[in-house]
Amino acid sequence: MTIASAPSAIHTVNLVKIYQTGGLPVHAVRGIDLRVEPGEFVAVMGPSGSGKSTLVHMLGGLDTRTSGEIWVDGKRADTLTESAWAILRRQKIGFVFQFFNLVDNMTVADNVELPALLGGASARHARERRQYLLGELGLTDKADASPAQLSGGEQQRVALARALANQPQVLLADEPTGNLDSRNTRDVLRVLGEVHRQGQTIVMVTHDARVAGLADRVVTLLDGQIVDDAAIAAVRRRPKGGAGGVVELRG
Amino acid sequence: MRLQLLALLSKEPAHGYELKQALEQVFGNAYPSPNIGQIYVTLGRLEKDGLVRSVDVEQSNRPNKKVYYCTAEGREALDEWVDSPTEGPRVRDEFFMKLVLAPMTGIADRMALINRQRRHYLAVMRDLVELAQQSDQENRPAQLLIEGAMLHLQADLDWLERCQEDLA
Repeated sequence: MTIASAPSAIHTVNLVKIYQTGGLPVHAVRGIDLRVEPGEFVAVMGPSGSGKSTLVHMLGGLDTRTSGEIWVDGKRADTLTESAWAILRRQKIGFVFQFFNLVDNMTVADNVELPALLGGASARHARERRQYLLGELGLTDKADASPAQLSGGEQQRVALARALANQPQVLLADEPTGNLDSRNTRDVLRVLGEVHRQGQTIVMVTHDARVAGLADRVVTLLDGQIVDDAAIAAVRRRPKGGAGGVVELRG
Repeated sequence: MRLQLLALLSKEPAHGYELKQALEQVFGNAYPSPNIGQIYVTLGRLEKDGLVRSVDVEQSNRPNKKVYYCTAEGREALDEWVDSPTEGPRVRDEFFMKLVLAPMTGIADRMALINRQRRHYLAVMRDLVELAQQSDQENRPAQLLIEGAMLHLQADLDWLERCQEDLA
């Protein structure tokens, strides 16, 4: 290899996680080699207990690995201290948790702006970005509310806005649409599609096929290992203007 | 599409082209655009079975047009259709047949079959998401139809996952 190219956004080498919570050790992740290139959208799927959440938590430094390597943007990350991980996350990673983790004694607007401000954005830029994201996610009128006053679906969208506020190099997400009704999911799909088109790298654990369908690639885990890793090819297009595949009516 | 046409005719008499337009308007682009030839063939059969009748309406400067209307017998058939529960959509699943039978041939690996099928479903889902975005948001029948297709697809994917868990 003589051609220098941009480093992978995420790269893992033989990543392993063994939980030891009394009793027998549990092998949650068993030797995962994964490479995510800048701008790629990767959906991570698989049954519950297959290691999906553990994997993305390790990629974000929220859980320590047992062995193996994690590289973020060309730099070794698995050997970082907790505080060094915190800095790396602030600079490069946005994370959407299954359970939101919003700060309750701050307004929705401040929750969303905070990561951008911590990441070094100007107050004005942070505000504009927050207004844009809350607007796109149908939350403009909730800006001054406290997270505790919001429904689960609203909190989940705020969490997504917060994760995207800093325009992170990598967005990591763990089931970010679990609490949404169909209208809200539509907003989230639109935003994810839009930031992805703008070059956002995304690694997302999801059961929701609507979200996974937006991805370039699907990685399937089973029992802590990758059993499938391939692009989602385009289907044969419908004839123009119609959608023959949606319904079949019988005469 | 016998009963769809009968339902439209029970509302008001119409000629073939009006029925085509009505179907397109109600279901939007979520519905495969009906073929006018197929509509006339179906109307012919409905007429033969006594469920509709037609009258020739004279038009100035044009050939007569045939306007169809629903008969009492047609109305009865329609009531019976509406009143009886509808079979679930999935009686047989071709993929499942492949999954069970292919390993016997020794040429297919179940894991690979499931993985390929998942990626195909996701691609179809992407298409549906695009279709929903392109479709008129105010056309509720079209949006609901697409959402129904999405829910079926999600169930297929969940079931695929169950099949895969069995291999672990």
